Amino acid sequence: MASAILEMRGITKVFPGVKALSDVNLSVEEGEIHAVVGENGAGKSTLMKVLSGVYPAGSYEGTIVFRGQEMSFKGIHDSERVGIVIIHQELALVPMLSISENIFLGNEQARLGVIDWVGNEQKTAALLKKVGLSEDPRTLITNIGVGKQQLVEIAKALSKEVKLLILDEPTASLSEKDSQALLDLLLEFKRQGITSILISHKLNEISRVADHVTIIRDGRTIETLPRSELTEDRIITSMVGRSLDDRYPPREPKIGEVVFEVKNWSVYHPLHAERQVIKGIDINVRKGEVVGIAGLMGAGRTEFAMSVFGRSYGTRISGEVFLHGKKLDVSSVGRAVEQGIAYVTEDRKTYGLNLTDHVKHNITLAHLDGVSKAGIIDDLHELDVANDFRGRTNIRSSSVFQKTGNLSGGNQQKVVLSKWLFANPEVLILDEPTRGIDVGAKYEIYTIIARLAAEGKAIIVISSEMPELLGISDRIYVMNEGRIVGEMAAAEASQEKIMRAIVRGELKAS
Amino acid sequence: MTTESSPAPQTGAASDIKPGNRARVSSLVNNLRDYGLLLALIAVMLVFQYFTNGTMFKPLNLSNLVQQNSFIIVMALGMLLVIIAGHIDLSVGSVAGFTGALAAMMMVIWPLGPLSNPLVVSLVCLVIGGIIGGAQGYWIAYHKIPSFIVTLAGMLIFRGLCQALLGGGSSVGPLPDPFKALSSGFIPDLIGPLTLVPPIVNAAGKTVQGSGIVLHMTTIVIGIAAVLAYVWFGLASRRTRERRGHHAEPFGLFAVKTFVVAALALFLFFQFANYKGLPIVLVVMSLLIGFFMFVTKKTTIGRRVYAMGGNIKAAQLSGIKTERLTLLVFVNMGVLSALGGLIIAARQGQAVPAAGLGSELDVIAAVFIGGASAMGGVGQVVGTVVGGFIMGVMNNGMSIVGVNIDWQQVVKGLVLLGAVVFDVYNKNKG
Repeated sequence: MASAILEMRGITKVFPGVKALSDVNLSVEEGEIHAVVGENGAGKSTLMKVLSGVYPAGSYEGTIVFRGQEMSFKGIHDSERVGIVIIHQELALVPMLSISENIFLGNEQARLGVIDWVGNEQKTAALLKKVGLSEDPRTLITNIGVGKQQLVEIAKALSKEVKLLILDEPTASLSEKDSQALLDLLLEFKRQGITSILISHKLNEISRVADHVTIIRDGRTIETLPRSELTEDRIITSMVGRSLDDRYPPREPKIGEVVFEVKNWSVYHPLHAERQVIKGIDINVRKGEVVGIAGLMGAGRTEFAMSVFGRSYGTRISGEVFLHGKKLDVSSVGRAVEQGIAYVTEDRKTYGLNLTDHVKHNITLAHLDGVSKAGIIDDLHELDVANDFRGRTNIRSSSVFQKTGNLSGGNQQKVVLSKWLFANPEVLILDEPTRGIDVGAKYEIYTIIARLAAEGKAIIVISSEMPELLGISDRIYVMNEGRIVGEMAAAEASQEKIMRAIVRGELKAS
Repeated sequence: MTTESSPAPQTGAASDIKPGNRARVSSLVNNLRDYGLLLALIAVMLVFQYFTNGTMFKPLNLSNLVQQNSFIIVMALGMLLVIIAGHIDLSVGSVAGFTGALAAMMMVIWPLGPLSNPLVVSLVCLVIGGIIGGAQGYWIAYHKIPSFIVTLAGMLIFRGLCQALLGGGSSVGPLPDPFKALSSGFIPDLIGPLTLVPPIVNAAGKTVQGSGIVLHMTTIVIGIAAVLAYVWFGLASRRTRERRGHHAEPFGLFAVKTFVVAALALFLFFQFANYKGLPIVLVVMSLLIGFFMFVTKKTTIGRRVYAMGGNIKAAQLSGIKTERLTLLVFVNMGVLSALGGLIIAARQGQAVPAAGLGSELDVIAAVFIGGASAMGGVGQVVGTVVGGFIMGVMNNGMSIVGVNIDWQQVVKGLVLLGAVVFDVYNKNKG
C-alpha cells in the first residue's frame, strides 16, 4: 500500500447550533485520485474548508497530517504554501483581467514591484500547455467559456506547485465534452504524481477516475471504498442509508382534484441564450397535496420554479400554466401573485427579505393591498396582520419591529413564509424551505406545510434533502438536467429509487 | 458547494429578554435617536445665538434662514426618495438652474403674451422638470445605467443648457414681483396687526428695526390652529390605537414630546408674527414636508420605495414593479428640482448662469446628515429636513459671525462626516 500523503483524523467542526462534521477521517494516498461523495449538506465542502485553512486551526477539533507532518493552517495562504490548492465550485477568477493576470494574481512575477509581463506570459503559456488550453495568455477571462475558465483555475493551481489538488464539483457547470476533458486531465496529473481529491455527485465520473471513494453522510465518514469494490448500488446505499424517523409531523393527506398544472415548460439560460435549462417539463399538483421535486444541485429546479413565477428567470420561456383548468398569465411576478401563486425562495437573504427593515414591513410587502385602501396603509391593521402571522408561524423576535437582519436563519425563513401566507396563494412553491436552519425550526416549517396542505393549498417543495422530501411529500418528481426523469408516489419512493432515477437520467443524457 | 451555507449566527439570545421591557427600551432609544438630530439642531442654533450676540433667533434672521434654505430642503425631499431607492442624483443643481433660466426667459424675454403669467410659467417649468427627471430616470430604470453616471451627464448637460439659454454669461431679469413673492413674499395679514409694544420711533421719525412687538395676527391664528391640530391628531391617534387594542406609547412620554414640539412651534410662529408673518416659501415647504411624510410613512408607494432600496431582488420577487417605481422617483426629483430652481430665481429676482451651482452637494449632504443610508432603504423626511436646517444654520451662523467662506466649507464637510460617522457607529452598536 502506498504511503498516505494526507491524513485527516477525528475532524469535528461545530457551527452555532449545528454540528457540521463529527469525527471525520479521511486518508488520501500519494498519487491517487480520491473521490469524496455525499448528499448536499453532508459536510464535504466544510471538510475541504477545514483542510484548506478557510476555517483556521483552532476552530475545529482533530488533526491534519500532510506529508508526514502535522499541520495547523491559519489561512488559505498556509495551505497553499505546502502545496494544497482548492478549486471551488464558484470560480474565483476576475472576469476583466487576462488569463495571465489571473494565474499570477497575488503572486505576480515582479522585480522590485514592477511586473515582468513577458515573464508572466511565458510562464502562463507553459502552464496553459500543461492543461491543454490553447488560448492567448492575454485573453480576458470574461471572453472564454466556463470549461476553459475551469482549466485556467487548474493552471493557476499548477503555478503554485501543487502537491494536492482539491476540486469541488468541477464538472457541475460543464458540458459533457468539457467534463471528459477535465477528467482526462486529472488522469494525466495522476501520471505526473499529483494527488487529487475530487468532490462530485456524478457517480459515472467517479467510477471512471477514482481510486478510492470516501462517503460522507450527516457530517460523518461512512466508509472508504477501494476501486475494486466500487458499484453504484454500494455508493447509493452508503450515501443515503438511514431510516426515516419521526422528524416529520404526522398528517393525513386529503387530496382533491388537480389545481395547478404546468405543461411543456421550456426555458433558456438568460445569458447564454442557446443553452436550454428547462426542457419541456410537465407537472401537476392536486388540492391538499404536497408535491416534492427531487434532484441534485444544477438540475434546474430553482430555475423552473422562478421562471414559472412571473418569469423571474431565463429567456425564451415557452409553455402553459393552468390553475383550476384555466390558463394563467404569469408574465410578471405581480400577475402571478394576484392569480394565487407564491414562490418562497431558496436564498432568503438575497431574494426573500429586506434585511434593513423590520418584520412587520417584510410580512406585508407582497400583499400591501391587503393592508391598505387606495394606496394608503392602515398602520394598525398592518400591525394586527404582522402580529397574527408572528404568532401563527412562531417567529421568535423581540417584536414585529425587530430588524429581519438580526433574526436567526429559521426565524428569517418564517418571516418569508409569513409574507407569502399573507398573500393567500392557492399554489405555494417552497424552494429549499429548510436550508441552513436548525432541526427545531425545520420541524416548525414542516408543521406549517402540513397545515397549509390540510387547508387545501397545492404545495410544491423543492429540496435537495431526500429524507425531507420523503418525509413531507405525497408525490415526488425527480428532476435532472432540466427534465423530469421520474415520478413516484411518496409511499413507494425511497432514496435509492430517487438516486437511481437521477443517475439513470444522467446516463441517458450523456 | 453553496448548499452547505454555514448556519446563520444565532441571535436567539435577544428573545430571552422580556419582550415588553425590550420593546419599551428600544422605543426610548429610537426616540432619542430620532430626536437626537433635532436636539443637535437646537444646540447648534443656541451656540450661534451666543456667538452672534442673539442675532440667530431674531425674527428677521429666522425669516432669512427659511428663505435661504428652502430650496435646499425642497430638493432634499426628492433626493431623500432617490437615496432611499438606492440611487443618487447629481443633476439637481443644474436642473434647478436650467428651469430657473427657462422661467426667466418665458417671463421676461420671449413674447408669450398672457402665457408669460408667473403661475402658467411656473406650472410649465414644473412639468418640464418632471420630463427631465423622467428622461434621466428612463436610462437608470430601464437600461440599468448607474444613476451616478446618468445624473453626472445630466449635471453637465443642464448646466450647459442653462448658460446657453441665458445667452452666455449674462443674467436675465428683473423678474415680475408676483413671481418674486414665491421666495421673498409673506402671507397677507387678513386680520390686521396687533401692537403689543409700540416700536421705538427715533429722532428722524422712523421706527427702529426690531424694536417693539407688532404681531402679524393671521400668522398667530394659523400658528395656534396648527399647534391645536397637532395636539388633537396626536390624541386622536392614541385613542384609535387603544380602541383597536394596541399599546400606545406611555402617556408621559407622549405629553412631554407633544409639549416640547408645540412650545417650539409656538415660539417660531411668534417670532415670524413679530416680523412680517409667515414667508410664502415656508408655507410651500411645509406643505411639501407634510406631503412627503405622508407618502413615506403611510402609502404603499412609499413602502415600496423603501423595499426596493433595501433589497431590489426581494422587492421584484414580491411583485413590485421596480422599473416603473424608479422612474417615478426620478420624475418626482425632477419636479422638485424645477421648484427649487423657481425658488432660487424668485429669491434673486433674476436668472443667473450660476444659479443652483453646487447645490446638489448641499442637498445630498442634508439627506445623509438626516440619517439616510448610502446603501439605500433607510431615511426619514424629518431627519432630512432637520439635516437641511443644520447645514443652513451653519451657513447662516458662520456668515453672521464672519467666518471666511473657505473655512465654512471645511466646517460643513467635517459636520457631514461627523454626522454620518456618528450614525454608523450608533447603528452598529444598536
